[in-house]
Amino acid sequence: MPALATFLVGMLVLWLGVNLVKSPSYFFTISFIGLTNGAVYALVALGYTLVYGILELINFAHGDVFMLGGLFSGTMIISAFHLGDHPSTGILIAAILASLAVAMVACGLVNATVEFIAYRPLRGAPRLAPLITAIGMSFILQDVALGWKGPSYLSVPHILPRGNVFSFAGVSYTWEKLIVVMITVPVLVALMWLVQRTRQGKAMRATAQDRDAAAMMGINVNRTISFTFMIAGALAGAAGLLYALYFSEVRYDTGFQLGLIAFTAAVLGGIGNLPGAVLGALCIGFIQAFNEGLRWHSPGSDWTQSIVFSILILILVFRPEGLLGERTPEGA
Amino acid sequence: MRRRIAGTISQGWWIALGAVGLPHERWRGLPVRTRRAVKAAIWVAIALILVWQFGVWKTSALAVAVVVLLLVVPRYENVTVRGVRVGKWIIPAAVLGLAIAYPYYLGSMPQVPIFGPFPAMSTMVVMMIFTMMALGLNFVVGYAGLLDLGYVAFYAMGAYMAGWFASSQFANQNLNLGAVGLYPGATGYHFSIWLVLPMAGIATAIVGVIIGLPTLRLRGDYLAIVTLGFGEIMPQIARNGNNLFGFNLTNGTGGITPIDGPGFGNWLDKHLHLPANYLNAANFDNLFFWTSLVLVLLTIFTSARLRDSRLGRAWVAIREDEIAASAMGIPLMRTKTWAYATGAFFGGVAGAYYASYKSGAFPDDFFFNISVFILCMVILGGMGNIWGVIFGACFLSYLDREGLANVGAWINGHFHTHLDVPLYEFGIFGAILVVTMLFRPEGLIPSQRRAMELHEGVHDEPLYDVVTE
Repeated sequence: MPALATFLVGMLVLWLGVNLVKSPSYFFTISFIGLTNGAVYALVALGYTLVYGILELINFAHGDVFMLGGLFSGTMIISAFHLGDHPSTGILIAAILASLAVAMVACGLVNATVEFIAYRPLRGAPRLAPLITAIGMSFILQDVALGWKGPSYLSVPHILPRGNVFSFAGVSYTWEKLIVVMITVPVLVALMWLVQRTRQGKAMRATAQDRDAAAMMGINVNRTISFTFMIAGALAGAAGLLYALYFSEVRYDTGFQLGLIAFTAAVLGGIGNLPGAVLGALCIGFIQAFNEGLRWHSPGSDWTQSIVFSILILILVFRPEGLLGERTPEGA
Repeated sequence: MRRRIAGTISQGWWIALGAVGLPHERWRGLPVRTRRAVKAAIWVAIALILVWQFGVWKTSALAVAVVVLLLVVPRYENVTVRGVRVGKWIIPAAVLGLAIAYPYYLGSMPQVPIFGPFPAMSTMVVMMIFTMMALGLNFVVGYAGLLDLGYVAFYAMGAYMAGWFASSQFANQNLNLGAVGLYPGATGYHFSIWLVLPMAGIATAIVGVIIGLPTLRLRGDYLAIVTLGFGEIMPQIARNGNNLFGFNLTNGTGGITPIDGPGFGNWLDKHLHLPANYLNAANFDNLFFWTSLVLVLLTIFTSARLRDSRLGRAWVAIREDEIAASAMGIPLMRTKTWAYATGAFFGGVAGAYYASYKSGAFPDDFFFNISVFILCMVILGGMGNIWGVIFGACFLSYLDREGLANVGAWINGHFHTHLDVPLYEFGIFGAILVVTMLFRPEGLIPSQRRAMELHEGVHDEPLYDVVTE
């Protein structure tokens, strides 16, 4: 099996190498797209990983919370700010910050509500029970969006500037990509600070490690879990905003596919591991961009899903602890 | 909370009954048989009044009432015929008889309030096919306790097997094994559907084993995700399969169509009066219905026999406690793989049959939604209980095909709204999943054993790398 893995990775490196040599500028342009995708995936993947770390539950509805985030912020931009395609910088910044705040708060509340309704009553039940309710909640959220916005795409105006930040030897980096990263990085730093440095973060880590012992130390476990869901939901809300701005099309079923891709990213990095989720998300983002963009022998966007899920399956089967996770007796 | 609501309702009920002169003590004093009869009579009377007031009344409603009372009230357990205990077969045989005769009395049935008319024959065929799939999934989810979110992959595999071996998909080949209704000069593989069904089952079971072998070591929720992954990959292969290295395997998004219908050929038609070709017959849907009934019976038989076999008991043991089961000498991998293969087999047969009924296999039929739909049937009906799963499958596939549209029409007609109820179908199924898991995790018709596990909780966090082979 290690031989097979080495072979696969070797083929991948060879393929990337040939593409790089054949057309370096194109390769780097595609890489920037991958970086942007990865930033959006990272925010969603972190939500999966936070929840899994604390409850050992795959929060199936998380992708749909992300989708709601996209709809919330899209609605903010269209209905509250009435923005067209190229607004002035001041209004743009205000609109983005306001939509970000609204989407994060709203999605945090939605996610905490989902936890309260569907997962909290099942704390002592067999672990497949909350997974099944999670699937149910995912469909319910989709239909909430369907009832709200209908089955067609909500198209968000292209409010991000599309000019180049720099253009060097045919490689260009546009402002909209930079803005996505500029929003993602502070959110990630804030999350790290929250988990590592604050009292609430300490309570989260303690609850994740041993729920009973944490309760004995005076931590309000249910409140900590609710808080974790709110944080995860807020991250999904931020991702929803970025998705709405960057891809400018959101629909009720957007969250399902992207949620699965982000979950794959979380597993790839090692589920329950925060830096791992970011690393995994960047890997998946690059893989997707290379697959859809590179010209020499790439399978193309028709196969993206299959490739991502194959990665998921291979990782779960051969290295369930992921890239950065530690091997535990339970496996991940 | 649930108990408090139930308590309030029952208290109110007894106060009302006491007012008409039947206090609790006197009711308890009556013999059990009388109580059953009275209860059943009251419910049937309520139902009749509802049909009379809000449905479309036909005299046949009285006949239905009599049949229901006959089925429910007497106790058949101890009936013997010449010393043979036939009691436990009476109700299943009666239900089967009613099902077989369904096409003949469908036309004279009354209309139920809200839900409208009884399901049409084409709906009945689909209900039977989904019953078969749900029973197949029940092997995996109900018996062995492995959550499979990619069951649609098996359904797709079965449908495409029918597409490959009973249509003109491979135009360079030419092989006809007992197929009926071909136009002269048809190319491609044309096997008789009776041959394609077991072929599809076996091929799908092999796919199940291939999927299962590497993944069944994983813990429950990881396994669910991996199966979901396979369930997403298979339709994508079907969608993109019109050009696999230059080879047209699945005809892409167009799907494979037409697929041959089942039939027995002219010789059997002449001598035994078996229909030569279902697709040409006047009572097309009835023939498909009866055939699917036979397939469902086979599935039920297999389910019941396997459940009580050594293998079935091993599945239950693994479901309850994987480590204890492996310590008792149950080979975990082999047993789980068998559950997968068996479930896959029936999914494949059902898929092939459905493809033959619809005369086509299209990649868009194989979404994740279908996996959840089938899972919902198993969970609503009662994981591990054959009758529960049959009920869940029939009810939900009826809702899918006719029920929701009828209910929606009723709501819009009475409340002057413009809701498109079938659009929210999967939200409704999601709500069913959540409500069932929260309030009655054992399902509507539970298996006793599963109910106990779900209420007391079991030690179900097995070590993912416990492999004993």
